[in-house]
Amino acid sequence: MPKFAKLPFKKDELNKNLSGFFKGMLENGAVNAVLVPMAQAKKGVRLTLVTSAANTAQVDPFAPIAAVSGAKIASSLTSRPSRRKVAMVLRSCEIRAVIELVKLKQVNLDNVLLIGMDCLGRYENTDFAKFQEQGGTSESFLENALAGKTSMPDFDIAGACKICEFPMADNVDMRLCAIGAGNGSVFIEAVSAKGEEALEKSGLKIGETPAGRGEAVKKLVAVRTEARDRKFAEYRAETNSFEALGDKLAACVNCYNCRVACPVCYCNECVFLTDTFRHTGEQFMMWADQGGLLKMPNDTLFYHLTRMTHMSLFCVGCGQCTSACPNDIDLMPLFRTCADKTQARFNYQAGRAVDEEQPMAGFKSDELVEVTGQVK
Amino acid sequence: MGEFEPRIVAFFCNWCTYTAADLAGTSRLSYPHNIKIIRVMCSGMVDPKFVLKAFLNGADGVLVGGCWPGDCHYINGNLKARRRVALITEVLKQYGIGEERFWLRWIAASEGNMLKEIADDMTAKLKQLGPSPQRNMGQMAV
Ligand code: SF4
Ligand code: SF4
Ligand code: FES
Repeated sequence: MPKFAKLPFKKDELNKNLSGFFKGMLENGAVNAVLVPMAQAKKGVRLTLVTSAANTAQVDPFAPIAAVSGAKIASSLTSRPSRRKVAMVLRSCEIRAVIELVKLKQVNLDNVLLIGMDCLGRYENTDFAKFQEQGGTSESFLENALAGKTSMPDFDIAGACKICEFPMADNVDMRLCAIGAGNGSVFIEAVSAKGEEALEKSGLKIGETPAGRGEAVKKLVAVRTEARDRKFAEYRAETNSFEALGDKLAACVNCYNCRVACPVCYCNECVFLTDTFRHTGEQFMMWADQGGLLKMPNDTLFYHLTRMTHMSLFCVGCGQCTSACPNDIDLMPLFRTCADKTQARFNYQAGRAVDEEQPMAGFKSDELVEVTGQVK
Repeated sequence: MGEFEPRIVAFFCNWCTYTAADLAGTSRLSYPHNIKIIRVMCSGMVDPKFVLKAFLNGADGVLVGGCWPGDCHYINGNLKARRRVALITEVLKQYGIGEERFWLRWIAASEGNMLKEIADDMTAKLKQLGPSPQRNMGQMAV
């Protein structure tokens, strides 16, 4: 049975009250550290690692920004773990990526309390700065977004968020609930036994459950799913050949930022940066000779297609690739539509369950007979 | 213009399919010259990059040949290959390279006949299907 604690707040006091919650957890030893979005000294909001209960004042968990995927931060903190207990406040896409990284042994959840915040979308890094300049706050964002309005005069939430069917995080110990919580309050939900213990230690009183939450989440998921399917159909129609793919990627300069930003691009060293792709002048000349010319840098499509075969099974649709591209290439729909097919082939869903084996990590002797169509 | 001659890049495992090709040769079974064979130690070492690069460079088909399940020299390389082929197929299909252009087949060392049959069959099917849509793009856009 999930347990909820209600956290009512007066105008402009949401973060103050949330800060009290994190402070309580640190003071009472529920955890030794909290990784949480926090307002920075001058401007912006970033994930921040807080180890002192005196330093929680600036938390801002619902800020509509994710400058870097929190899954990458989770990996930095736990791939060689500290043994200290840490609560991590992350959004659904980050948590789903964390689940994949656990399977790849790049995240270790042993001493982690995962807290999923309801996510109604994020603005791009530069748009979030404008949002703040225009007086936007997490409270105003939540209020508007819950009423279905995320757009600002000249920007909106990321394309990835508009088609994200996971506004609520699963596989967590606790949740920060805004959807269906009613105006002027959020709820903190304990999902696992670990979460219950932490909630008790935080000092908050367990009480009423947010009555409209189930319905509200369902409704939002339905809207997002429909938007997703529409986008998929549109995008597939536009991108059904190598040539069309080449058009989409025409501005690509092979900087590989998209793979750096991708939380599930798991190789420590990307093959495209190794000697395999450090060719001799003679080699380039030979390739150019084949058709009389060679676009440079070469292997652009080759890079993106290779990435698809490497990580599309784990793609969580976070849109960090699109956000990272210096040439404004919208990579997210490319990778999501591809991922949708590759994951379906193996009845796999990135981030669904820790104990679901990654498709390329195993094999059976009596499966996929349709691939060869041969029986002995 | 003569008849369209498909170019098929074939990755054959050393222990079974490549040996079968050798056997077909020594038995004087002729198979189409459309098949350009690259010998690999095991079907399990066919990297997705090999397949992608072949298609990006205009191959009309790619044929991966390995030992029958249970017979792989490295025990289960072929079973890993099968999952990988399914994965690559799903990626390629979205960009106009359908499964009819990308085959995985089990061909044992003694099956020189089967090698010939499969090579004939694939060549005929690709002739019907026509050239890969990528063929004339060349190095311009890849
Ligand atoms: S490919 Fe893009 S959308 Fe998919 S997980 Fe990576 S960064 Fe996120
Ligand atoms: S970030 Fe953009 S320009 Fe850089 S490799 Fe990716 S798609 Fe190309
Ligand atoms: S050795 Fe032939 S498939 Fe592995």
